[in-house]
Amino acid sequence: MLISTLMFGLVLGGTYALVALGLSMQYGISRIMNLAHGEFMIAAAFCAYVLFDFAGLSPLVTLLIAPLIGFGLSWLIYTVMMHPLVKRAANRGQLEADSILATFGLLFILQGIMLVVFGSDFTSYSYLNIPIDIFGVTIAVSRVVAFGLSLFLGLVLYVLITRSRWGATLRAVALSPASAPLVGIQVDKVARQAFAIGGALAASGGVLVSMFVTFSATGGVVFTMKALIVVIMGGVGNLLGALIAGLALGVIETFVTSYFDPGLSLASTYLLFIIVLLWRPQGLFGSVRS
Amino acid sequence: MTRTVLFAIAILAGLAILALAPAFLGEYGLGFMVSLMSYVTLATAWAMFSGPTRYISLATVAFFGIGAYTVAVFNETLPYPFVLIVAISIGALLATFVGFATLRLAGVYFVIFSFGLAELVRQLITWFEVNITGTLGRYIFLPFETRHIYWQLLALAAVTIGIGFWIRQTRLGLALKVIGDDELVAAHSGIALARTKVLLFVLSASLMTLAGAIQSPRWVYIEPAIVFNPTISFLTVIMALLGGATRLWGPALGVIPLMILFEWLSASFPDHFSIFLGAMFILIVFLLPKGVLSAVETRLARLKREANA
Amino acid sequence: MLLAREQESEPFQKLGGQEMLKFTRRNAIAGLAALTAATSFSVVSSVADDRSSIKIGYAVSKSGGNATGAGITTIPNYELWVKDVNAAGGLELPDGSRLPLEVIEYDDRSQTEEVVRAIQRLGAKDKVDFILPPWGTGFNLAVAPLMDKFGYPHLAVTAVTDKAPEFAKRWNKSFWFLGGGVDYAEALSEVLSAAQEEGQINNKVAMISVADGFGIDLVNAARPALEDKGFDLAYDVTYPLGTSDFAAIVNDAKNSGADSFIAFSYPPGTFGVTKQAQVAGYNPKVFYTGVGGAFPVFKKISGGQQEGVMGIGGVQSDSKAIQAYFAHHTEEIGNPPDSWASAVTYSSLQMLQEAIRRVGLDRDAVAKELSTGEFDTIMGKVKLEDNQLRTLWWAGQWQGDNFSAIAPAGGTGTVAPVIPKPAWK
Repeated sequence: MLISTLMFGLVLGGTYALVALGLSMQYGISRIMNLAHGEFMIAAAFCAYVLFDFAGLSPLVTLLIAPLIGFGLSWLIYTVMMHPLVKRAANRGQLEADSILATFGLLFILQGIMLVVFGSDFTSYSYLNIPIDIFGVTIAVSRVVAFGLSLFLGLVLYVLITRSRWGATLRAVALSPASAPLVGIQVDKVARQAFAIGGALAASGGVLVSMFVTFSATGGVVFTMKALIVVIMGGVGNLLGALIAGLALGVIETFVTSYFDPGLSLASTYLLFIIVLLWRPQGLFGSVRS
Repeated sequence: MTRTVLFAIAILAGLAILALAPAFLGEYGLGFMVSLMSYVTLATAWAMFSGPTRYISLATVAFFGIGAYTVAVFNETLPYPFVLIVAISIGALLATFVGFATLRLAGVYFVIFSFGLAELVRQLITWFEVNITGTLGRYIFLPFETRHIYWQLLALAAVTIGIGFWIRQTRLGLALKVIGDDELVAAHSGIALARTKVLLFVLSASLMTLAGAIQSPRWVYIEPAIVFNPTISFLTVIMALLGGATRLWGPALGVIPLMILFEWLSASFPDHFSIFLGAMFILIVFLLPKGVLSAVETRLARLKREANA
Repeated sequence: MLLAREQESEPFQKLGGQEMLKFTRRNAIAGLAALTAATSFSVVSSVADDRSSIKIGYAVSKSGGNATGAGITTIPNYELWVKDVNAAGGLELPDGSRLPLEVIEYDDRSQTEEVVRAIQRLGAKDKVDFILPPWGTGFNLAVAPLMDKFGYPHLAVTAVTDKAPEFAKRWNKSFWFLGGGVDYAEALSEVLSAAQEEGQINNKVAMISVADGFGIDLVNAARPALEDKGFDLAYDVTYPLGTSDFAAIVNDAKNSGADSFIAFSYPPGTFGVTKQAQVAGYNPKVFYTGVGGAFPVFKKISGGQQEGVMGIGGVQSDSKAIQAYFAHHTEEIGNPPDSWASAVTYSSLQMLQEAIRRVGLDRDAVAKELSTGEFDTIMGKVKLEDNQLRTLWWAGQWQGDNFSAIAPAGGTGTVAPVIPKPAWK
């Protein structure tokens, strides 16, 4: 019982972490609070669905394509939409307000386009929805794959950011966009890269999640909200923190479901989130800036 | 002096005309005015706290929803004025908690906190109803016509703007301005940060709670998922920012064009509403960064300069 | 008299496919009918003379959280009906003349205040002739007082409420088509009890429900109904709307030892539970889901293993009219309708159409006709009782490609339930 609950929780948490990684990059480094994050994921999910259903393409192949598109699109969006806002913003608060408004608009546009193209119906397909036995617990292969990939992506990015030279420039930009140019860093370029990587992560998350979650054109906001909570709890821009926070949320939700009352599973998430915020406003693991 | 008197007369005349609106507006027009007054109240109340302090709160719907839900719970057992008092009390209690949270949180942390809080409230009410009372989905049968709700909301909107005006005249307003500019300076100049912020947040949240309570009889059927719709929080922020959150009349002036726009879009492009709405937001951010009011003033100032030159 | 006889002689069941709404028979005696109508409904026809169309208005959720539900059950049927009517030359009036439908539609964006305002707009500004209802119990209740105030007949189709009898009295032009939680819960307990008596299942039930008005209504009714039949609720939990992972819940249900699994669920939860049950190899003898189980997409979600899954709703799958309707819907809309409220929605529109044909555009007369008349619809002959549709199927089961009605037991058009459900592959 205990082991199965823990396993279910970790796998669910893996999904949460996956959903949050992209946003963590975008908000932590590019300082864009991207409210359209979930819509990106849904778009990728539709992409996986269409390719799977009509071209017989495995989502795992789509997983190689969608992030590229996500990267390119996010690059474009940053250049066209976000860059002028960043340039114009007098301070961080101003940029935060502007980016919330602008990406809120983007959310509606993407949702509207998907509604027109795909309709409002629930969409789902079954891929790797087959059981696998791990420590005597039966779990869907698709969820295990998603869990494994989110761990992989999170750790790889974490290592890149903390160990590589490129990572150092990212951290510098996250830490102080004003003084980074003084040491020869092109803030704009780095921020754009981070935003585009965030888009690629969102796309991969969307493809993976589409294998086991029923989605619809209007369902992006659910992902965005989960991602926001995980990002803030983990510490803004701290990918490892987001990973751990995501896993923790999954485990807690599952434990509340099994041992307490499923009716309080989501409430426990929010309660925990609020307690963490009030106790450690910088997130459980601090941010890259600290 | 005469200017103040003239101003007061103009306000009173405006109020009188608005109060007579049901006489010449049809049912549809009046329904529109109900939404308008509701959002004027929400946006003005929101800006009362968030304008000067720059805390973007997404907890609007938590209070609005509590107002509506309280009416749903007590409308059959308590007389209406008491129901409103109960609603304000619950809203104010929650607001005190949020107010204290502002002492520890700022920036985007507060944004997400306030959103999480609204969701938590919704989840807890749902859990309570399911497990304790066993009824989810309540009915409101109060003998109110659209015009009754309109008059109440008009009064509430007027009171909200009045309070906003009054705050500006007092030490409280000055204190807030300083807080918004620099909390450190404010603390050093002897402003009781905590008390001021909490007080103001409670005031603003109580007005939002009332707005929800007054409007709820229009919906007959109340469920947590219906009254705690996060869209209301988002729209309030957008409207207030569009008009200009630091001005007294800013939020109200943001509400009017957006409401008209929404109305036109949902009628003309029912299938493409989302796309147009999204494009509109982006345009607003790019073209009117400081809000409508400020843009108009800048334009007027330029015209004046040109006329003088 | 003549009108009534003509109505009876129009066997909808015989019409198939695209010919569904070709009123061939009727044309033959249209002249005679017109003569009768002209004398008895002179006031209405004089109104009809100086108009070129009939205005139909509706506000539904085209965006936001309710868009999925409205997009499956409500919007396609409105569009289909308007298309069908206009293809037949328009809506027929008592004098035999036809006027095309003109549609005014709004998006309520899944917000109650918006739907209320949209109805005010349709009634007071657009002054449409008839208003079709929005989607969902809450929204139908929200607009009910206004529909009543403006004097529009209110065909509340997608509203499940035990208070329907009370509401039908409160707003006497409102019609309630989908019953209440008690109806569905009791019908299900009958099905289970019959199976238990035959020794097909044990007396334990695992039950989960979603924490919204719908789920709670059903579970509150199901608890006493099941206990009354001697069932033991081995597992009974409520989960919040928005739950996406059912691993722990399905695991606990599986360990409860119950032969019957009931989920008073809502999509996408319905789909999540189903997929999780497949992964976990959870094979209860009865697998029942709430809203969504009767959706066409369910086949895809279950990976083609829908056979034997029970759920809310159901259609008379051997009815020619229903088969024709499914084919027609698939052809015009692009996908088949759901097997619960879609056919009811279309039937309600047929009733409106027929009532207008009988009594004209006078809304009071139409409401009276809807309340007292008998109508041929794709669901067969329909007559409302106290303004409610009671001849309705409460539970269904996937058998082959159809989601066939299995309750009320022995009712017209129902089939015998297959228990146990074949195991997931």
